[in-house]
Formats: sequence, structure tokens, C-alpha cells
Amino acid sequence: MSSHCAPGEGASGGSTTTSNRRFSLVGSPNSGKTTLFNALTGMRAKTGNYPGVTVARYEGKTSVNGATVTIEDLPGAYSLDPISLDESVVTQVLDRENTDLPTPDALIVVADVTTLRRSLAFVAQVLCLELPTAVVLSFNDELSARRGRIDAAQLSKALGVPVVTVTAGSSREITSLRDLMADPASWQRPPVPPPTDPSEISSWIDSVLTSADYVAPEPDARTRGVDRVLLHPVWGTLVFLLIMFSLFQAIFTLATPFMDLIETFFGWLGGLASDFIPGLAGRFVSEALIGGVGGVIVFLPQIMILFLLISLLEASGYMSRAAFVMDRVMRRFGLEGRAFVALLSSLACAIPGIMATRTLPSAKDRIATMMAAPLMTCSARLPVYVLLIGLLVPDTRWGPVGVQGLALMALYVFGALASMLTAALFSKITSRRHQSLPFYMEMPPYRLPSWRSVLLSVWDSALVFLRKVSSIILITTVILWGALNLPLRGEAELVDQGVNPADEAAVAAYTIEHSVAASVGKAMEPAFAPLGFDWRINVGVVSSLAAREVFVATMGQIVAAEDPEDPAEALQTMTHTSGPNEGEPVFTPGTIAALLVFFMFALQCFATIGIIRRESGTWKWPAIAFGYMLALAWGFGLLANVVVSAVT
Amino acid sequence: MNALSKRLRARDTQAVIQVETVGQRTLADLGKGERGIIATLTGADSPAVTRRLFDLGLVPGAEVTLLRRSPLADPAIYRVADYDIALRRHEAARVILADPA
Repeated sequence: MSSHCAPGEGASGGSTTTSNRRFSLVGSPNSGKTTLFNALTGMRAKTGNYPGVTVARYEGKTSVNGATVTIEDLPGAYSLDPISLDESVVTQVLDRENTDLPTPDALIVVADVTTLRRSLAFVAQVLCLELPTAVVLSFNDELSARRGRIDAAQLSKALGVPVVTVTAGSSREITSLRDLMADPASWQRPPVPPPTDPSEISSWIDSVLTSADYVAPEPDARTRGVDRVLLHPVWGTLVFLLIMFSLFQAIFTLATPFMDLIETFFGWLGGLASDFIPGLAGRFVSEALIGGVGGVIVFLPQIMILFLLISLLEASGYMSRAAFVMDRVMRRFGLEGRAFVALLSSLACAIPGIMATRTLPSAKDRIATMMAAPLMTCSARLPVYVLLIGLLVPDTRWGPVGVQGLALMALYVFGALASMLTAALFSKITSRRHQSLPFYMEMPPYRLPSWRSVLLSVWDSALVFLRKVSSIILITTVILWGALNLPLRGEAELVDQGVNPADEAAVAAYTIEHSVAASVGKAMEPAFAPLGFDWRINVGVVSSLAAREVFVATMGQIVAAEDPEDPAEALQTMTHTSGPNEGEPVFTPGTIAALLVFFMFALQCFATIGIIRRESGTWKWPAIAFGYMLALAWGFGLLANVVVSAVT
Repeated sequence: MNALSKRLRARDTQAVIQVETVGQRTLADLGKGERGIIATLTGADSPAVTRRLFDLGLVPGAEVTLLRRSPLADPAIYRVADYDIALRRHEAARVILADPA
């Protein structure tokens, strides 16, 4: 085998016109690619101090010298000898023969200057692609703070390509990078590409580092000190549990005042609408639009707090430690530490969690994690849990600890347990074609989270939630309102049935009872009666297939029609309208428990089904996930109903 | 798969032995705070794993220090090539250390 990459391995890039030029950012995970991408394009991709935050390709536009160019942020890769799906994406994009993906005209390799020795091995591989390449050195401030140094000009000479240093937040350095990007065809190219032969690469790296007068930074003293506590066998485990515990207490405690405010506002708005808009239109606005949508928006503060805390954990570098501490536990379930992070981010939403599985080298681990992720309690379940816990658990405190917060945490723990056991099961089933793949994880130094990127992540989560509310949730609520209130009943029929047409509540109750939605809910009654669900809950369950939060809006609409003054009170006093239990309350402790359990397990989320299909490449896995989760939901729902009814 | 990746895949990282005295101990045998010099990498059954360790900077001739083990004893954090990396015992055992001269 030749010791250097053969010259002329491909045609030179940079042939397209300036306006269509494509730059790709490549580099190891956590090297600062995404921060650079955001600085160049003004876009706000999510960054974190955790290897593997960019799980898909991001594209953005920026202008250099008046021409628009495309910049692509590729997932992190340690090598062009790919071992995970993420890394395969990188090699596919860089492959000229792959005509499905546009080959970039020039590459920008981002190298963390504090780990330059390792990063150079990757730089060497990239240079062998013989595309116009520039090297960007990141974390320069950290290098000098830890008493290392580098001569970028000499490094450029030794590598034979342009080298630019970029420190986060320095616009002068970004400008010089922009100037450089104006003409990639003129970039210097190495006369001889670096070696790829394992016996030569180390001495090549040594000689480059020596020419560049590189002094590696000292180990970060602060990180060592913090790790002494956070990775200590006793203190580390306690801190880990404490952090998880505070996460859930914070979601309840910090959010309450904001939720009260929002609730008051929408209550006032709804009252206003029904007072000023007459007839059916007024009811539509106050019930479907304000009641349905407002009933879901109330949960915005909790979702923002959840994302705030998770992005703080990611940006500070604690997430890697959590994965490190949990690796041994995860192995019991046939997974690895990184799968823990995928599952933890599923607490926000299963979709980023499932996409994060791309960093896992093993296909078996990917499938197992994908099957398990939807069982983690996502933020869409939160509104449902909060509503039902409010009905089931008294709002008392044991000292500083809220009992409702404890109940919520218990649900999260059960969800996580179920998720892990599922992962173990799927890992066992799919391990027949077992291939040994390594576990390795970079431990980045602790870094102070950049408030900008943390707040952006919270802001984005709020936007995504509000977009969901204004699209799928709004549409479902409107359709549902129609299904609940149509067909309209004539006065003659009402009188016929013994309903006083002047009694609005009675009319509404009669209309709903005989609506389109009711017939669907009633058709489902035989299947769900064992869990204690009546037709109204069934309607809520069906509507929650669009998005779990819709359940809250649906129940709100149903009871608002019967008692618009106090929906929560109305839920508690809702009674069975027919059957053997007629007149008895619907929301008995047994039914509430069964509902909680049902929502814990069931895969009521089209978006998740879609993403599993995309990430696994077949309909088989989403079908299996939907099926097994529905079976678990029904089975454990029945169990919860029986057990709770027996003890209360 | 591009031509370069194919060639990288064909690398024989186990043939590289830079240190004369290949010892019996592996990375997994290091105690906390102990350092060693990598002599060679083994693992003919899964060369992809060995190549990856190589690309991560675990190359013959490199100095490695075991910084700490996880609270449950495995994995452990090592310092190599000026950065910290967590490896499980299973992977660490493929990295053969040189006998201290």
C-alpha cells in the first residue's frame, strides 16, 4: 500500500460559480463546528458541550463579498473510516462518486486547538480528499488560559493549507475567515498529501506540531477539581440523583406562578369572547379557540424550564459525565452510556432522542434505543400528567417537598424503567447478528454555558411548541369542536327528548352526547371499558393521536360545554351518562390511574412514528413500536384500574 | 464509500509496534494515576475497533494515564494525546503497554 494518498484521487473542486459555492464544515464531535456555523450564517443550530449534538446535516446561507454561498454543518466525525451512521453521513457527503449528495466545493476543517494532537489525525485524512481545504482552530482562548501556545502561520506552512484561528464571539476573526472564503480556488494546497499509513502518521503529526511550535495546554485544573466531586463513587452518585430530583421539582415549583398568570389571562379572554360574540360563533371562539388552545399553552412555562435545565446540563459538560456514570447501568440493559443521553433528551421529546441515536456505532443499540425512547416521559405528556395528577393527588407538602411533584417524578421513573427494560428486551432480540463495536467517549472540560446558546435553545423549544399549538393542535381542536357539536339539534327534537331548549348547559350536554365524536367514542367503549374509560375519555384518547397535549384541550372542550365556569371542577364531577355505572363519577381514582398509565405507555404521536420510520428505514419498527406500546398501555392500564380501585 | 475510506479501512493498525519491549500488561491493568507507554494494539477479531482506537490517539508510542474509574468501576477515563477519553475495560484490554525499561 502506498504510504501517501495517491495524487489525483479526484478532480479539483471549486469549479462552480461563486454564487452556488458550497462549503462543508467537518471536524471531530464537540470541536465547535456548530458555533462556527452559527457565527457564519446567523442561524441558530443547537450547540452543546456534549459530543454529538449535530445529528443531522444543517445548511445555511451566508454572503461573502456580496455572493451567496451555502454552508453545511456536518455531524462530528473522529475519522473518515466511519463507524457510526453519523460518520457515514460525512463520508457520503465527501464522496465525489455519490451523486445523490452534492459534493462540497471546499472544506473547512474545525479543529479544537486544545486537542490538536488527536485532531491532526483527522485533518490528515481530510487533506487526502484533495478538495480545497482550510483549517479553523477553535478554543484558542482556552489554549492560552491553560498555558499552551501555537503559531498558526507556521502551522499553515507545515500543513500547506490556510489556517485561521477563531474564538467564539470574535467578529474580527470571522471576518478574516469570510475573506478567505471568497476564493477557495486560490487556497494553498499541500504539495504532498499527508500519510495514511499507520506507521507514518504519528511522526507526521509530531513534525507538524514541532514546526507550529505547539505546546499542548495543561489539563484543566477546574475540570479535575469538579470531577473529583462529580465522579466520586459516593458524592458523584448523590449529585447525579440530586440533579435528576431537582429537575422535576423545578418543573413544578418554578412554573406555577407563570401558569397561573396564563390561566387567568385565557379565562378572562374566553369570558370576553362569549360575552361579546353571540351564539354558536361565540361558543366556537371561547371553547375551541381560546379554551382548547389556551388549555395547552398553559404548559409553555414547564416546557421552557425543562429545556432550560437540559441545555444547561449539555452546555456545561455534565451530560458526558452522566453518560460516563450511567454506562455500567446501561450495560445491564444491553446499551451504553451514550444511549442514556439519547434517552435523557427524550424527556424533552422523543424525536431529538431518536435522532441522537445516530451517534451510536452499533445498529443493534440504535434500534433498541429507538424502541425505548418513546417510553421516556416526553414534554407532550407533561400537560396530561399535570392535569390528571391534579385530579388524583392532593396538593399538600411534606416539608419542602410537594407531593404532586413527587407523583410526577414517580411517573417519570416508571417511564424510564419501562424504557430501559424495553431496550434490554430489544437488545437481546436483535443481538443475533452481534458485531463488536467499541465504546469510547470524549470527556470535554467543563465550560461555562454560553447564555446566548442556552436561551436560544429555550426560545427555540418555545417556538416549536407554539408552532405545534398553532398548527396541529389548533386544527385538531377545531375539527374536534365540530365533531363534538355537530350535528346541531333542532328545538323540536330537544323538546321531544325532554331537554329544555332554554337551558344552555343541558342543550350542550345533549348535543355532545349525540355528536359524531360521541359515536366514535361509544364504538370504542367495549375495548376501553375495562380500564374505566367512558366514551368521552375515548374521544380524548383518539384526539391525542395527533399530539398528546390535545387530550387536555379535548377534555377541556367537553367539560366546558357542560360547565364553562370551572373545567377542573367539572371534570371531577363528570358522571357516566349511560351503562351500568350511570350517574357515578367517571374520574374515579382507578380511572385516573389507568389513564396516567395509558399515557405513560401508548405511542400517541404521529411525529414519533414518522421519525422511527425515517431513522430505521422501514415501516417494521414503527409498527412494532406502536403495537407493543399499545399492548403495554392497555394491559398496565387495566392493572392500574383494578389495583387502585381495590385500595381506594 | 469513497476511495479514501476504503483505503483507511484497509489499514493494518496492529502491525505497528514502535516500542521494543512489548509487555504483558494492558491499559485495563493500570491503577488510578498510573501511566504507561502504548506498545501495540491487538484484536484480530474486530480490526474496526482497533482502527478506531488508533484514530482516537491510542497509538504505539503514546503515553497514557488512567485518571479515574467510574463510580461503578468501569468504564475509566484516560488521558492520552492531550485529552480525556472514557473507555470500557473491554476496549482498554486491547491496548498493550510497553514493559517499563
